[in-house]
Amino acid sequence: MTKSLLARHSALSDTQRQLQILSQAIPFGNEPHAFTTKLRESSLFPLTPTQIEIFQVNVGKMCNQVCKHCHVDAGPDRKEIMTRQTMQQCIDAANRSGAHTVDITGGAPEMNPDFRWFVEELSASGKKILVRCNLTIIVSNPKYHDLPEFFKAHNVEVVSSLPYFSAARTDSQRGEGVFERSIRALKMLNAVGYGMPGTGLTLNLVYNPSGAFLPADQAGLEHEFKQKLRKGWEIEFNNLFAITNLPVSRFLDYLIESGNYEGYMDKLIGAYNPAAAANVMCRNTVSVSWDGYLYDCDFNQMLDLKVDAPGSQHVSEWNTETLSQRSIVVNQHCFGCTAGAGSSCGGSVA
Amino acid sequence: MKTYYNPEDLKKFGNIADFEPNLAKKFFDYYGDVFKEGALTAREKSLIALAVAHAVQCPYCIDAYTSDALEKGCDEAQMMEAVHVTAAIRGGASLVHGVQMMNKYKELSM
Ligand code: SF4
Ligand code: SF4
Repeated sequence: MTKSLLARHSALSDTQRQLQILSQAIPFGNEPHAFTTKLRESSLFPLTPTQIEIFQVNVGKMCNQVCKHCHVDAGPDRKEIMTRQTMQQCIDAANRSGAHTVDITGGAPEMNPDFRWFVEELSASGKKILVRCNLTIIVSNPKYHDLPEFFKAHNVEVVSSLPYFSAARTDSQRGEGVFERSIRALKMLNAVGYGMPGTGLTLNLVYNPSGAFLPADQAGLEHEFKQKLRKGWEIEFNNLFAITNLPVSRFLDYLIESGNYEGYMDKLIGAYNPAAAANVMCRNTVSVSWDGYLYDCDFNQMLDLKVDAPGSQHVSEWNTETLSQRSIVVNQHCFGCTAGAGSSCGGSVA
Repeated sequence: MKTYYNPEDLKKFGNIADFEPNLAKKFFDYYGDVFKEGALTAREKSLIALAVAHAVQCPYCIDAYTSDALEKGCDEAQMMEAVHVTAAIRGGASLVHGVQMMNKYKELSM
């Protein structure tokens, strides 16, 4: 079974080491292949935010799964989780930010003991709530079996990963038996109305490649997933988001260990698309870590690249004005967001 | 180690223009157009390319179109079926000449 980089005492669990590797990226670390150079060529440097629409909160690194590609390096051994006090600060900040959506992620966010409290409070404040649910958590323990009902009660939009409509490819990435358990969880979500026409309960799936290649066209994949899941398991869902794996944390480790690192970086760089760069998600998102620090996105969070906004780097000192004037912190991993049709937490962007 | 094929050379494909730019440009423009979505989908073209790559046994093309087929959303079963199409046509192409052999045999025999 895969273990977290931290549990393996891997050198890559040190974010400095990851940044060093990414910036050394010879031959693409040369000036012409730096992400900043590409942004300059597209007249997008420095990259600046538009308006905060999505307030993303990572409530902890604890997870019941240990997926091979996880950029959070999540797992059952990770004890870093957000306190209720920090959650309260997030609610206050989200209200002041003007964001219309709060996007809750992890780890498995449902494992945070204050998760339900957080959703209830947010729901009362009228924000649209999105939960990134890994599916298997729902069937992992009887105390989670009612999650579909709980989500429904708060009109939560559920976003779940399912890398493929086959057990072999899903399990090779997410762990033995994950496909079968994910199907069971999807059926439970469908049963309360998620993904079903006319219910208004949204269930979106996330596809990401099971290896060192780019995702296929999102619309084509969605069509194929719908057909296969309906025919094979009578499962319904709303939209499919195709996401590119970014060279961060465990996916970076996989790339290096499998000898794919240079080829993959070449591929990302070669597929740079200025239209995708103009729409990267960090422009309308802010991401909060379990301990309350602010980042331009979840990937920057995992590389410990805090927002470049002195005086507003922690949710307790939230300042919308300061944040709106910041420049987004970029590095070579950003090529993952700008390749081909682009990639964000909501799928393709171009 | 010296080898005839070097995976790094695939990236240098475009360099053929260094020796003859005009024909190279025509070729790459044509190549790009061929693989665009048309009467056939980009995925169907990728699988055809993968099958042909196996027929011409070009290691660069096999690497390139394995990767491309994955990025067009193909799975391993579809990709292996494409290779079997190559094998069937190649095998069939040999075997159908057996008729020619039989014809000649009959011509030469009493
Ligand atoms: S990818 Fe998601 S489900 Fe998998 S280990 Fe990471 S946080 Fe958990
Ligand atoms: S990795 Fe983060 S900061 Fe970089 S482009 Fe993507 S969203 Fe923006």
